[in-house]
Amino acid sequence: MNFEFNDDQIFVRDVARSFLKANCPPEVVRRVLEGNEHYAADLWQQIVEQGWAATAIPEKYGGLGMSYLELVLVAEELGRVCAPVPFASSVYLATEAILLAGSEEQKSRWLPKFAEGEVIGTLAYAEKAGVTTADTLETKVENGKITGRKTTVADAEIAQVIIVAAKSDQGDGASLYIVSLEQDGVSYESLKTIDPSMNHANVIFNGASAELLGGEGEGWTLLEKILDRAAVLYAWEQLGGSETCLAMAKDHAMQRYAFGRPIGSFQAIKHKLANMYVKNTLARSNAYYGAWALNTDAEELPLAAATARVGSTQAYYFSSKESIQTHGGMGFTWEVDCQFYYRRAKVLAVAIGSERVWSDKLIKASDHIEA
Amino acid sequence: MNFDDTPNEAAFRKEARAWLEANVPSEADLAGLDEVGRAQFWQKRKSDGGWACITWPKQFGGRGASTLEQVIFDQEEAKLDTPYMGSYFSIGQGMAAPTIMTYGTEEMMARYLPKLASGEEIWCQLFSEPAAGSDLAALQTRAEKDGDDWIVNGQKVWTTVAQYASYAILVTRTDPNVPKHKGMTYFCVDMKSPGVEVRPIKQMSGGSSFNEVYLTNVRIPDSMRLGEIGQGWRVALTTLMNERASIGGGNVGANFDSVKALAERLEIDGKPAIEDTIVRQKLASWYVEEAGLKFTEMRTLSALSRGDEPGPESSIGKLVAGVKGQDMASFAIDLLEQQGIQWDPEQDEREDAVFVQNFMSLPGLRIAGGTDEIMLNIIAERVLGLPPEPRVDKNIPFSDVPTGV
Ligand SMILES: Cc1cc2nc3c(=O)[nH]c(=O)nc-3n(C[C@H](O)[C@H](O)[C@H](O)COP(=O)(O)OP(=O)(O)OC[C@H]3O[C@@H](n4cnc5c(N)ncnc54)[C@H](O)[C@@H]3O)c2cc1C
Ligand SMILES: Cc1cc2nc3c(=O)[nH]c(=O)nc-3n(C[C@H](O)[C@H](O)[C@H](O)COP(=O)(O)OP(=O)(O)OC[C@H]3O[C@@H](n4cnc5c(N)ncnc54)[C@H](O)[C@@H]3O)c2cc1C
Repeated sequence: MNFEFNDDQIFVRDVARSFLKANCPPEVVRRVLEGNEHYAADLWQQIVEQGWAATAIPEKYGGLGMSYLELVLVAEELGRVCAPVPFASSVYLATEAILLAGSEEQKSRWLPKFAEGEVIGTLAYAEKAGVTTADTLETKVENGKITGRKTTVADAEIAQVIIVAAKSDQGDGASLYIVSLEQDGVSYESLKTIDPSMNHANVIFNGASAELLGGEGEGWTLLEKILDRAAVLYAWEQLGGSETCLAMAKDHAMQRYAFGRPIGSFQAIKHKLANMYVKNTLARSNAYYGAWALNTDAEELPLAAATARVGSTQAYYFSSKESIQTHGGMGFTWEVDCQFYYRRAKVLAVAIGSERVWSDKLIKASDHIEA
Repeated sequence: MNFDDTPNEAAFRKEARAWLEANVPSEADLAGLDEVGRAQFWQKRKSDGGWACITWPKQFGGRGASTLEQVIFDQEEAKLDTPYMGSYFSIGQGMAAPTIMTYGTEEMMARYLPKLASGEEIWCQLFSEPAAGSDLAALQTRAEKDGDDWIVNGQKVWTTVAQYASYAILVTRTDPNVPKHKGMTYFCVDMKSPGVEVRPIKQMSGGSSFNEVYLTNVRIPDSMRLGEIGQGWRVALTTLMNERASIGGGNVGANFDSVKALAERLEIDGKPAIEDTIVRQKLASWYVEEAGLKFTEMRTLSALSRGDEPGPESSIGKLVAGVKGQDMASFAIDLLEQQGIQWDPEQDEREDAVFVQNFMSLPGLRIAGGTDEIMLNIIAERVLGLPPEPRVDKNIPFSDVPTGV
């Protein structure tokens, strides 16, 4: 039994942790949150120079050819500092989509650019409030030209390329397309959201060129697979954030005195923090399972991914709200960093489908696997 | 990262499985035996085959194997249909034995451990008292020196398997005039001694697995003492650490598989209940907990496999499993609607009986061996390092501590 990361993987994590400690302190998050930047472009540049975007891309496509076990640990560290960069959109979604569904030619064309950070990618399927499915898709492609409107797309105004799910009259009812965002026929509606440290926009396609990714009418099935893979990576990023919430709450609870004692000596606070620890521990163990399944492309991946995703979503929400609570009045201020995590927890929680959606997938996936 | 056995682990697993398959008791073997008899039969057979208490030294009835090998053996045993072991041996083997190994003499080890391993002698734990549960150090049972013996008077309560026990581990107060943690002394006691009286307590679930034990002028030779006079608390901590390790997160009957199967069988508004969103949501959350515990255990085992100490993550097992099992049982009853409450505790062969059984017995799991609240305190203080609460009972003589009576 060796259900643990090896020393080389731990080394990658430690390097990432100290790099981000030095280069992504809370001031960087705050700068983006308060300013007009869509993301911390300087930090992103440093991150791609570190090779993180290339981590799991095979060497023949210009990547580092490491495993997903390294990538999940990088994701955790990015989550820990609430990094304001388009890593999830570009690496977990766009890169994974091309890796999974791309032709040889598409992989050779895109992956080296993703690896080097020369191109930032994202992915969009949602079109409305509530759940978008293959049946409800309105975006369509005719003669290679795409029309439609995708809602609340993460990092849309940063990315140069987007993977889009559009309607198909074949197969599962959808096809995936690669669409350059640097062309006529693409426009944006900038959005304000609960997390201004990330960029979100509606993307409107009006006759832009679109290139099929994967088979016609296979888009929804592919999308589900891409999202399963991404879910594991999101889960690790969420876990990292949740761990920071516990650490912040704990530090505060040790220092803050009320009624002549540190508030951490009151059971109401102790039990709150112990419950954070319990949820984080369960989430971590499930994230290990997800990482293993992703890395070995196991048959259990859909179940492992949903389990990791639901566990981390629950843990992050709980820790981020209770961290504010532990901080008392100051937790509710703009000044204190608790807010970063509360915002980000919710943004990540709905990014690729809510807890409800993933709970549903979990049960569906459990039908096929002996628990 | 993988779930594979190392070659040594695989070889051990194969050997264990072969022995288990060849030795699982048949119904004929067990004919005419009651529950405790069946448990003792199986324990004896394991012991004869060299598979009892396998982490113990060979001379004390063990196999000299590693903790991980014990886990592998347990995993293989769990795959087969073997007699229910209840708490008949877990207290003696899991709690008394490690304490005797730490504090006992060679003679005590040679006398008691082999019979614990073979299941011939069952032990119980005389710790809790009416006024000392979570706060075990508040215990009042008195032991007073009389020549080479001690005379013990007091009342213990919630003593599991006392009615079957040959021996007990016992904590007493020997000096009420010093602060509470300093005046205790720890003994082993022969349950057949004059003055030991066991009275069953009926649990809300109907059974009587625990008891009250009255101790009236019970004479214990000083040679049965473990640790120094006045060091009883320290010795008790060894026992309690092993208790927390042994009451793990084990999966109870009301679990993901059984409740999901129920939801597939029942209907809500003419459709399988499993298609209902609320049912799916709840099941998914419980699956996250169940899988989370399972993979936490895998991480612990991986640490053992590498020869490392497991991290503190294993402390969450009982806490998570207790509430989860109780809530799942409760939800299963809800799914069954009006019929869900049917239960004949004397005999209930129905497939769904497990839910009412768990519903009625799991409140005990959340209390036994450290309540949920105490487990949360332990995580907060020992794992997270939060400050202890101010205490009113620490530096004053035990006799001056408020008791509320
Ligand atoms: C929106 C808002 C408006 C406000 N308006 C006003 C106002 O108009 N005028 C005014 O005077 N004040 C105002 N306050 C302040 C408010 O009353 C305090 O924030 C509140 O009493 C908590 O005190 P604190 O912030 O110092 O947190 P702390 O007292 O430091 O509490 C921190 C954490 O410790 C916990 N804690 C503290 N003591 C105990 C205990 N004994 N047992 C268990 N847990 C404990 C708390 O529950 C909290 O989770 C406002 C606060 C907010 C958020
Ligand atoms: C099924 C079962 C089997 C048992 N078997 C044995 C046995 O074999 N031998 C034995 O010695 N004992 C046994 N016990 C006793 C068990 O260890 C005690 O019941 C347990 O430690 C709780 O003590 P108590 O019942 O006195 O409750 P109390 O300690 O009075 O607790 C009452 C409530 O107060 C809470 N509480 C107490 N202190 C604190 C605190 N500091 N902070 C927050 N909350 C607190 C508790 O969590 C609980 O909710 C058994 C109990 C059960 C239920």
